[in-house]
Amino acid sequence: MSAPEEEWRRLDGRTVLVTAMVLAGFAAGAGLPALLGLAGGMPLWKALGWVLAGAALLVGAGTGADLVRWQRTRYRIGPERAELHTGLVLVKRRSLARDRIRSVDLTANVLLRVLGLVKVRIGTGEHIVGGGSTLELDAVSRAEGERLRLELLARSAPREAAAHPDGALAALDPAWIRYAPVSFVAPLLGGAAAGAVMQVSEWFGARAEVIEWVGDRFRDTPLVWVIVTLAAAALVAGVIGAVGLWIEMWWNYRLDREPGGTLRVRRGLFTARSISIEERRLRGVDLVEPLGVRLFGAARLDAVATGLVKDQQDNHADINVLLPVVPRVLADEVAAQVLRESASPTREALLTPHPRTARGRRLRWALSAALLPATVLALLGTLLTPVLLWIATAWVAVGVPVAVLLALDAYRALGHGIAGDYLVTRSGTVRRSTVALQRTGVIGWTVRRSVFQRRAGLITLTATTAAGAGAYGVHDAAEGEGLAFASEAVPGLLEPFLDRG
Amino acid sequence: MAGENTVRLRPPNNRLNERAVNWWRTQVLLTAAVPALVLSVLGAFIEPARTWLLVPAGVIAVAGLACTAFFPAWWYRVHRWEVTDEAVYVRTGALWQEWRIAPMSRIQTVDTVRGPLEQAFRLATVTVTTASAKGAVRIEGLDHEVAAALAESLTRITRATPGDAT
Repeated sequence: MSAPEEEWRRLDGRTVLVTAMVLAGFAAGAGLPALLGLAGGMPLWKALGWVLAGAALLVGAGTGADLVRWQRTRYRIGPERAELHTGLVLVKRRSLARDRIRSVDLTANVLLRVLGLVKVRIGTGEHIVGGGSTLELDAVSRAEGERLRLELLARSAPREAAAHPDGALAALDPAWIRYAPVSFVAPLLGGAAAGAVMQVSEWFGARAEVIEWVGDRFRDTPLVWVIVTLAAAALVAGVIGAVGLWIEMWWNYRLDREPGGTLRVRRGLFTARSISIEERRLRGVDLVEPLGVRLFGAARLDAVATGLVKDQQDNHADINVLLPVVPRVLADEVAAQVLRESASPTREALLTPHPRTARGRRLRWALSAALLPATVLALLGTLLTPVLLWIATAWVAVGVPVAVLLALDAYRALGHGIAGDYLVTRSGTVRRSTVALQRTGVIGWTVRRSVFQRRAGLITLTATTAAGAGAYGVHDAAEGEGLAFASEAVPGLLEPFLDRG
Repeated sequence: MAGENTVRLRPPNNRLNERAVNWWRTQVLLTAAVPALVLSVLGAFIEPARTWLLVPAGVIAVAGLACTAFFPAWWYRVHRWEVTDEAVYVRTGALWQEWRIAPMSRIQTVDTVRGPLEQAFRLATVTVTTASAKGAVRIEGLDHEVAAALAESLTRITRATPGDAT
């Protein structure tokens, strides 16, 4: 460890340059539609003049403000505290106790990377209203960021980890890209692409032409084929988008265990991210299998850790993802390594299935969800037009089998069990999630029973925890067995309140 | 479901204060009275839509009265609480029953809140939060002196119980 220095440091000066470039890019992006809009009403040179003046004002003012911010921002890593002073008008002083710091995350988008800079977020992982628990250094040089990360997270952690040495736990296998198109992102991106074409064509005042052009291509084709072709085109665009997004998010992916008990995820093609999770904060893992991905026998691994605070500006950053979608076997293997276990607690064999009455409940939900719209349609159909009756029939013919299949799958997904030090619960069909939670990480139980569950002899148990989503549920377990399970999983907590008869 | 080795949650020991029944009744009445009144006033002034405003107003009023007569008494029978040296244990809900348990060693804060209506009935709500975003335990409708004493003893026990609350 380097000697803790006392002097105040500045952010890297090039951060002002980055701000200027971002603003210039923004001005160009906003200026083009504005220029096209203005050009309709006045000569081109005049419109250009207005747009350029606006852009210059925006870039100049923004850069000036950032220059002041840079001049007035200081940080210091002392032996006891990490401090940051910043603020344009009001000086904000923020300081974190060194021994409370739980995470040092580095992010660098393309511009920052080109200039060799990184954004550093230092967090204590506490949920304080107003975000008083993080320091953000935007931005420092890459070497300085790495130095801060090592210095702030380095701790003497004597652990007997012969079976689970430090080093790489997982690294990118380009073959994993085959799971990118089956994620739910693909159809979403396809829809977004179609929307973008419409939007851009409207900027140029050419929306009608685009629609007409598409109509021309299909002059002699029946309507069904037009719809099928357009849907396929959108889907292809979506798949390309999903693959692109996957490459941007997961290129250079590595999962390492570093000395001192820290897990580190590094990933990103253009925007490079480095996320550190202290093993002390790790309360378990969540094996997530979205429907499409599950059909191909694959799964994703999320960390269940305390104090993973989401970045406000970057909500899709997924900072708790440990492993992208990979073959299920590999996901289990990595889960075991992450938890320092010989075998993953998320394995299938360890789970107790739930009573058959839980299946009846799911079938009833699914059928009512499928039949309710059909009933409404049929009612309207008898009153208004028989076309609606046909739609209702088609809806039932397609909807009921799908609903029944999903319900049966949802029932099969239900399961809970105890695997060593972990409490395991699994549920969900569209997004099946198997959570393994440290039994010592459970800080309370909530038991719920509706009138319907009471008749079926079922209860829903929820283990509350400081980590991850805050609560993980065991849905529709048999009453006696479920309570016995909860009592065994966290010894002493539930026992005084149980009636064993 | 009967079985030889049935395990059940036993009810917590303490009931709420009896005044809670009237507090709940007032709450339900007020909730129903506001939309019913608004609808009937509108109905009195807008002649063409009179039936369409007065009928729902009547339905809401009748339903509100029925709920006032029925639910608070049921809630009073069901809602219970208990504090041991190890945990806080609360049962709530009539149609959707809920039992909540929070161990002393994980309690972070103990709050006592008294809304205007609660003050009128000399009642208070004690909220116990843990490090989980979803683990808060609320005991509503306690006598305000009992609540103050409870909050104080909880704070004392929590301070004496070792644990890092996560």
